[in-house]
Amino acid sequence: MTELENIDDSYFECKVNGLNTKCVTVNNGLFHPKNITSDLPEGVHVCSMKEARSRYSDIFECHYDKVRRSSDVSENNDAADGVFIYLSAGVELEQPLQILNTLGSETSFSGLQRNLVVLGKGARLTMLVCDHTLSGVEFDINNLTECVLDDGAALDYYEVQNQHAATRFENKLLVSEGRASLLDAMMITLYGGEIRNHIHVALNKSDADCNLRGVYILDKKQKVYNFTYVDHRAPHCSSHEHFKGVLDDAAFADFMGCVRVRPDAQKTDSYQANNNLLLTPFAKVHTSPQLIIDADDVKCSHGATVGQMNEEALFYLRSRGVGADEAKLMMMFGFAHDIIGKIKLQPLREEIDRLIDKRFRGEFSKCHNCTMNCNK
Amino acid sequence: MNLLEIKDLHAEVDGKEILKGINLTVKAGEVHAIMGPNGAGKSTLSAVLTGRERFNVTKGNIIFKGMELLQLPAEDRAREGIFLSFQYPVEIPGISTVNFLKTAVGEHRKYKKLPPLSGGEFLKMLREKMELLGMDNKLINRSLNEGFSGGEKKKNEILQMAVLNPTLAILDETDSGLDIDALRLVAQGVNKLKSPDNATIVITHYQRLLDYIVPDVVHILYDGRIVKTAGKELVPELEKYGYDWIKEGLS
Repeated sequence: MTELENIDDSYFECKVNGLNTKCVTVNNGLFHPKNITSDLPEGVHVCSMKEARSRYSDIFECHYDKVRRSSDVSENNDAADGVFIYLSAGVELEQPLQILNTLGSETSFSGLQRNLVVLGKGARLTMLVCDHTLSGVEFDINNLTECVLDDGAALDYYEVQNQHAATRFENKLLVSEGRASLLDAMMITLYGGEIRNHIHVALNKSDADCNLRGVYILDKKQKVYNFTYVDHRAPHCSSHEHFKGVLDDAAFADFMGCVRVRPDAQKTDSYQANNNLLLTPFAKVHTSPQLIIDADDVKCSHGATVGQMNEEALFYLRSRGVGADEAKLMMMFGFAHDIIGKIKLQPLREEIDRLIDKRFRGEFSKCHNCTMNCNK
Repeated sequence: MNLLEIKDLHAEVDGKEILKGINLTVKAGEVHAIMGPNGAGKSTLSAVLTGRERFNVTKGNIIFKGMELLQLPAEDRAREGIFLSFQYPVEIPGISTVNFLKTAVGEHRKYKKLPPLSGGEFLKMLREKMELLGMDNKLINRSLNEGFSGGEKKKNEILQMAVLNPTLAILDETDSGLDIDALRLVAQGVNKLKSPDNATIVITHYQRLLDYIVPDVVHILYDGRIVKTAGKELVPELEKYGYDWIKEGLS
């Protein structure tokens, strides 16, 4: 990390090819002063958490820490700052809102970040969260994002984690869903040291749906934990979870998914799956899908697999003239694309496919028009 | 010209000898049928030809276009022009047929030191092949073979064959799992791809497929050896009398 003259003031715009996002940068947990949010459409409010305390005090007081308190997730209330997002009832932000979480420091750094997303009745938002490290020192980071979806609101949430190997990242996404609201969340872990994702969704009112998806690609001694907890508290809700991982070298992944169906949550439709592809005998996976069901008229299923490359499929590809290495890459890519293919925004889908392809090929997975000159 | 010469081929799997001295010569422009009862070694022969590692060749050799075939890995055999239509095509989630074929064609061209095709050139070629075979483009954007019906899988195999344009195509039980309409369509595809420069080996249990793909030579494989070779008139005889008279004649 030599090219940046002043790391603490690093501010850069990220452009996903063909995807016109509204981008705000958070550096070391602080909402960047250069962020311009005055150009947002009416009813879309984005500012720092610090500013939100006074400027949107009603909304802030009403929601802050509420979702966190109703879960068993530990607090990080000492976080100085983060992003506050509030969409008034009925408002839809057409362009995706991108949050660029950057970490840059000349000495090892520990930090906290706290975000709050409030979607009013029927509001719709697509978020793209990118987690990056800009310098090679050790980071120990704890982020907590609370999302409140009022009745009929819809949130598409994509998070791309691309940090260097000396980063320890505790990442919590806590969501409260109202009636007929919809959450589509995807965690894409491209690179990191030790990443712990906690996704906690409370389906509080009837007819709410949530889709949780994840891909993790690990090598060397990287570790990724995905803990999900979906709490069905009301009838006629559905939740679908699918996490897939590819592990090389001596990487380690843990998936622990719990679906809780409360006594009132009749007609729950829930599905949970975790599939893992191990490329070496040293890679390791723990997977524990759990169901706790206290209602008697529900449809719940789950499954987990840990396996190796399918030799039959490899031979099939080779028998068509695809070389053994390329055939393996195709299989790995296909395995991950099962999840990536569900990204609704085509430019983002294509960009992530490219990043994943580069990742598998052992190339540095940075977006192809990234303005940063860092090296991992 | 002899395209393929198999000489005294012995092969085993897990220590058990399956092929016990196969001799077979295929010339360019010919269609050969290999028939025989279950367990005779038909699928082992196709596996050995295409380079499956778990089959161990203990004796004999295979000359393909003047080359020692057994020294080539599976992917090079394909690039040299050997194609196997699988009895059970493998489902591969997350890879569309079109992307798969684009990669495969790219690898073939790289091997032959030809410049890569542009995306547009590839799609044009693919469309021409689909038109030739009377296929719609519904299948090619779906994940390779995933959730395909038996007929769709076999049609997809023939499309791959059309795109890769092999000199020696081996159809392993291509008729299994096909209804009569799909069978006709697949057979028509194979016939359209026939030329004086390439050859086809059809491996089958039944006469059915050979009504549509008419062989020049018919071999009967039994207990790891070719025990009878004749013209296409052998096919109705087999259908009528079964394989027992062959077995009895040998004992």
